[in-house]
Amino acid sequence: AENEPSGETPCTELLVHVSTPGCDGFPSLDSKESYKLCVSKGSMLLSAETIWGALRGLETFSQLVGRDENGTYYINETEIVDFPRFPHRGLLLDTSRHYLPLRAILETLDVMAYNKFNVFHWHIVDDPSFPYESSTFPELSKQGAFNAMTHVYTASDVRSVIEHARLRGIRVIAEFDTPGHTLSWGPGAPGLLTPCYMGKVPSGVYGPINPIVNSTYKFVTRLFQEVSTVFPDFFLHLGGDEVDFTCWQSNPEIRAFMKEKGFGEDYKKLESFYIQRLLDIVSSLGKGYIVWQEVFDNDVKLRPDTIIHVWKDNNLQYLKEMANVTKSGYQALLSAPWYLNRISYGQDWIEAYKVEPLNFEGSAEQKALVMGGEACMWGEYVDVTNLTPRLWPRAGAVAERLWSNATVRDVEDAYARLAEFRCTLLRRGVQAQPLYVGYCDHEFGGV
Amino acid sequence: MFGHSLRRTWGRRPLAARGEPELFQLQVVIEAGDPGCDGHPQLTSSEAYHLTVTEPVAVLKAPEVWGALRGLETFSQLVHEDDFGSFLVNESEINDFPRFAHRGVLLDTSRHYLPLKSILTNLDAMAFNKFNVLHWHIVDDQSFPYQSIYFPELSDKGAYSSNLIYTPTDVRLVIEYARLRGIRVIPEFDTPGHTQSWGKGQKDLLTPCYSGEQPTGSFGPVNPVWNTTYDFMATFFKEISSVFPDEFIHLGGDEVDFSCWKSNPEVKQFMKKQGFGIDYAKLESYYVQNILDIVSSYNKGQMVWQEVFDHKAQLKPDTIVQVWMANNYAHELSSVTGAGYTAVLSAPWYLDYISYGQDWKKYYTVEPLNFPGSEKQKKLLIGGEACLWGEFVDATNLTPRLWPRASAVGERLWSSSNVTNLQDAYKRLTNHRCRMLRMVHLLVWLRENTATTEELSVQWLYR
Repeated sequence: AENEPSGETPCTELLVHVSTPGCDGFPSLDSKESYKLCVSKGSMLLSAETIWGALRGLETFSQLVGRDENGTYYINETEIVDFPRFPHRGLLLDTSRHYLPLRAILETLDVMAYNKFNVFHWHIVDDPSFPYESSTFPELSKQGAFNAMTHVYTASDVRSVIEHARLRGIRVIAEFDTPGHTLSWGPGAPGLLTPCYMGKVPSGVYGPINPIVNSTYKFVTRLFQEVSTVFPDFFLHLGGDEVDFTCWQSNPEIRAFMKEKGFGEDYKKLESFYIQRLLDIVSSLGKGYIVWQEVFDNDVKLRPDTIIHVWKDNNLQYLKEMANVTKSGYQALLSAPWYLNRISYGQDWIEAYKVEPLNFEGSAEQKALVMGGEACMWGEYVDVTNLTPRLWPRAGAVAERLWSNATVRDVEDAYARLAEFRCTLLRRGVQAQPLYVGYCDHEFGGV
Repeated sequence: MFGHSLRRTWGRRPLAARGEPELFQLQVVIEAGDPGCDGHPQLTSSEAYHLTVTEPVAVLKAPEVWGALRGLETFSQLVHEDDFGSFLVNESEINDFPRFAHRGVLLDTSRHYLPLKSILTNLDAMAFNKFNVLHWHIVDDQSFPYQSIYFPELSDKGAYSSNLIYTPTDVRLVIEYARLRGIRVIPEFDTPGHTQSWGKGQKDLLTPCYSGEQPTGSFGPVNPVWNTTYDFMATFFKEISSVFPDEFIHLGGDEVDFSCWKSNPEVKQFMKKQGFGIDYAKLESYYVQNILDIVSSYNKGQMVWQEVFDHKAQLKPDTIVQVWMANNYAHELSSVTGAGYTAVLSAPWYLDYISYGQDWKKYYTVEPLNFPGSEKQKKLLIGGEACLWGEFVDATNLTPRLWPRASAVGERLWSSSNVTNLQDAYKRLTNHRCRMLRMVHLLVWLRENTATTEELSVQWLYR
């Protein structure tokens, strides 16, 4: 609706009213992010139950302010009642395939806040490198980081990330993925990984974490004790994806263990054996956990409040998986159609936008178990030289899908808004790439 | 000649021990009487060089300055750092020259405006990769950023906005910055299609489309039947010929949509008069031939996209045909060279077509001469161009999208045909990528620590 510019006193104040104090706390899965924004002649009021809602409302408010040809800032009379559709709206960054400097992470958190993302899923270590500086096991990063001097996250770095996120209403969920994806843990923790065998002789190559030795569980307990203290969120992501069984199969001690336990040739049972013990350890530390879908697919015994992270995307099977997970009573997170690292030519944001997370056969109770989802930016081909343009504005499509009502799906309208939002990002100093041909009033100056 | 690989003899003596030999000087000797420092690089310029690295003085010899530039780049790549921060270079003797003479990168400044900084950074990156042609696809449907001296309305009305233009000074800066790096700048003013933005500032240039008897209000390609079209083009290309010093101008000629011409009564009448029947390709060729004549008269050679050849226009003997359609491009190369025309290959190197994973490998494994043809024909393939069309590219993502993927094309066009080992290429390319990052950081620092634009230009120009 059009509004004539008001010749009266300009509005100079936005009153922010928060009913429940909580500025010193951390956001959680249960945090209420609803807000109400009223802009009328002579008064602008933002009210929210919690500080987290106020943050969301402030972002919306900032997007409502326009500037006319004379340089005057204006805002239309508005009344907005807003709240997110899904409580878990995340972005995954991978700092193992490539190290990401602290400023890149902090900048990403800023832009996440502009998009109302509220979870930073920090896939902090993996096969290629271990940049997390552990106080309990300093050798892990000393031996496992790409460069122990320059490519690590110190305790102070980690605290900065957590606080920077908190101030933006973003939860930091750390992922220490085991038992697979752990090659970089080996050099700093001798005896942790399974030695692979060539016949009767160790080949010199290592595989997943060794599930049959007690030292493994001692190590894991101490590490997660530290991780539980360092990361304040209730949830930890424990990984559990893509465990390659070939190394376990080659190891004679493990084969003996399989026999002893009566697992037969089913190494999924061995994987479950490990994961179950891990889950118990983490539970006893007072944390909840999120796991990749394999943990569910392989029939591991899980706590009822486990969150299953659905990521496999072969021929839209993910919707079936979402149905299965929720049917079994578990909460689910969707990432499968949102692997933003899988770039392709053209406007791929549209496919991401069109995803409907609840488009599966299931009851209302089942669908209520879908907590939300995460856009993933795996790091095999991504580092600070291309992170920001690859993330934005594409991730914005996922953000809207997770925040807005299911009925908000018109692609043409979304294009117009996202293209304008991209220009806003440029104005805010974010190196977001173009959606399609055109220009912004404030172009990026180039590097 | 094409086909000889560079011969490299590595010295036996590693420079590590006490009393190690030191390199005090790199002497650069240009052998030609006129080294060419004040001139512009050309298709026929020599880029060969001979580099001898030995203590205490290394010698870089080249027939022309362009070879010296290539040799300097190679020398800079030979220098490496040890763990203690000392700079080392192995004794070497290198005899090097490019396999193909035309090694280009296409940038598109119409789908998105590219600020000067971006273009200049990419000229530097090109030089690091021994590219020697910037194919500047400067205008197209979406915007006309080129500020014309004779027709200022073209950019006044056709640019995205008044500050998103290239002034004559900007253009001169690009040309000079390129020249100092041995890079030719070939501008492309693509007609008769891809010209929507031209119509904003030049009335009665584009063909009015019709629905029955009525003009619809929309416009199609350049109108080939009016004399005013050719008057305009004659003046316009006179300007382009003097602004851009390269011997060649790219005239485009791709993807002409005939539907608007077909709808226009004057055009239909012209077709009848000319006896073209309903073959609009003939009309396109009629137009293109006229433009080729105009540009020839200004003593410029022409490059065209393959459709111009495919639609049987009468080309000049030295017209270069750029093969871009991916479908069966080997067959097209045979046809073009079989008809006696010079060709440049881009079809397998559309770098704007991004995909997940290490796609540089597919660019690297292209063998340009893998097409049916005689030795004589193969000599007519003078090189290729990596194209970065701008639909989804601007300064926010250009550099990481182009590099180091374009480096794969750069090596394919410079090095001998037997340099094909992917594992070895991967090792060298990852190293090269880190090196390019260091160089770009240095250049950005230089830029940010420079006071005036004058100083800036000078600093940039002389790196």
